[in-house]
Amino acid sequence: MKKLKYALFTGCTAKQSTPEQMMSTMAVADKLGIELIELTEASCCGASHLQDYDDFLSLVLNARNIAYAEKHGLTMVTICNTCQLNTAMTKHRLDKNADLKAKVNEKLAEVGLEYKGTSNVIHFLYAIIDDFGLDKIKEMVVTPLSQFNIAPFYGCHNIRPSELQNESHKKAENPYNPTSLDDLIIACGGMTVDYVEKNKCCGFHVELQAPKTASILTGNAIAGAMDGNADWMVTPCPLCHLKLDTQTGHASEAIGREVALPVLHMQQMLGLALGCTSEQLGLKHHLTKVNFI
Amino acid sequence: MSTHKITTQQVNFKVFRFNSDEDYLPYYTDYKMEVTSEEVVLDILNRIKWDHDGSFSYRRSCRHGICGACAIKVNGRATLACKERMTDMIELFGNELTLEPLSIKRAVKDMIIDKADFWQKHDAIHPYLISDVEEHPEHEHLVTPEEAEELLEADLCIQCGACHYACPVVEINDDFFGPAAFAKAYRFEADVRDDAHNERLQELHEEKQGLWDCVKCYECAEACPKDVNPIDKITKLHQMLFREGVATSNVATRHAVGFLHSIKKHGVLDEGGLVLYSEGPSIVKHIPVALKMFTKGKIIMPWNMPKSDNLDEIQKLIKSSSTAKF
Repeated sequence: MKKLKYALFTGCTAKQSTPEQMMSTMAVADKLGIELIELTEASCCGASHLQDYDDFLSLVLNARNIAYAEKHGLTMVTICNTCQLNTAMTKHRLDKNADLKAKVNEKLAEVGLEYKGTSNVIHFLYAIIDDFGLDKIKEMVVTPLSQFNIAPFYGCHNIRPSELQNESHKKAENPYNPTSLDDLIIACGGMTVDYVEKNKCCGFHVELQAPKTASILTGNAIAGAMDGNADWMVTPCPLCHLKLDTQTGHASEAIGREVALPVLHMQQMLGLALGCTSEQLGLKHHLTKVNFI
Repeated sequence: MSTHKITTQQVNFKVFRFNSDEDYLPYYTDYKMEVTSEEVVLDILNRIKWDHDGSFSYRRSCRHGICGACAIKVNGRATLACKERMTDMIELFGNELTLEPLSIKRAVKDMIIDKADFWQKHDAIHPYLISDVEEHPEHEHLVTPEEAEELLEADLCIQCGACHYACPVVEINDDFFGPAAFAKAYRFEADVRDDAHNERLQELHEEKQGLWDCVKCYECAEACPKDVNPIDKITKLHQMLFREGVATSNVATRHAVGFLHSIKKHGVLDEGGLVLYSEGPSIVKHIPVALKMFTKGKIIMPWNMPKSDNLDEIQKLIKSSSTAKF
């Protein structure tokens, strides 16, 4: 198989509040022989909040990020669900609206860039599933996670809105019955936990303006996984991870029940199965102790 | 001659039953049925009532996806029963299907719920054109096609409640207006004939009803059977608040604008800086968790703040492409 190569859009948290996500991404890519070219020129995607303030500016900035991936002639890979949403949504809107694309390109021309629409934008999870293949993952697993019940937490922006699903990856994820993360858990040798909250919201985006709402949603998610007899949770989104890992105190208080589970990034789970060390995967950076290693 | 072939499949239905006048708790009744490829979910509700139990209750009227009466949930997915084909439901969830009302805690009888909160919030946004119409106008009030286009899909709402009861914030915050009311508000805010523009916007901006409490989960966009895309309208209302100068400084508006400041300075987001800018002095409440995060290497010092390469490009684009002011 030809070596897989992507342009990596790290997003902002990977360099700040979730360093373990960056570490495990690189460790897993190394194990799988995937080459990631980091887009060091990229700006923040706006996280759906700049979009509340200035829609056009958000489009221009995201188009600029994609333009750098296009310059490399590579598919852009994201490692955050919200980066994925905002980047893929920009691509979706520009590719279907020639006028808007021209307006955005008029601005990008001022800095010598052009958005062409030639690079696809996919989350790393789907690059692994669609391009690398779960069968090959299964063959490479050296430490099967067979003693663990693992609760997948999908994160909204990888599975909704469904209008982006057909563009981003081969098998459209159904927002009401997503399977990708379950499939990856099984490929790693683990057992999946089915629970109502697995495709629900963690509340991250209103943590500042509506903390009670955010905490209840986080609490419900962890409680659902615990009631499903999960040993730990896994998520492809660093924002969900921040909520589920660092906000257990507020979450417990909000729902009136002590809730906490170790939460792994999708890359960390895969890394464990592939034989990476806990140092390589940055497991010491978690607030809720990863107590099973 | 049609070559369409009707196929049948066996489906096990688990149907929510509850009579608020008699039952202390709801229960589920099982039905095994042969379902044909031509049937929609409403056909199944009809067959349960007509063939199995005449007391089974649900709302239905037009059977053409326009009255909005028959919305229920199938395996947790909001569904307009007269529109949704059974084959699609089986393809999505398999042969075990659970039929429930849109909101279990609001169940009155079986699939029928009390939508009082939905209507109360719908009414609260003044869902009608507010305009001083001259009794004897001398010329027509023309709306250009471009202006009419601004209403987008917001005009297509049939008030079925699917998005409202799919919204996780409605579920936990009784004050939150919800996606349907906000989308309807947008419909009138975007109407050039409406004179209550700023008053309505100001009311929406008040903290209680929570225009800024949307969690951005896109459940409403998925639930809507008419593709109204309520979250898109909520985002447009946010933009409108800034554009019309109605937005006042609060934690939510500063949170949105804070991204711009951060990107201008670093290209990437300065997480700590954003929280400080959004919260102001209230940042003290984040200190306990922040300290724990610091000990785990999750908070970087300002002098280690990463910057995007070619930051000058980003700054130039912000200067030339900004369309909002705060």
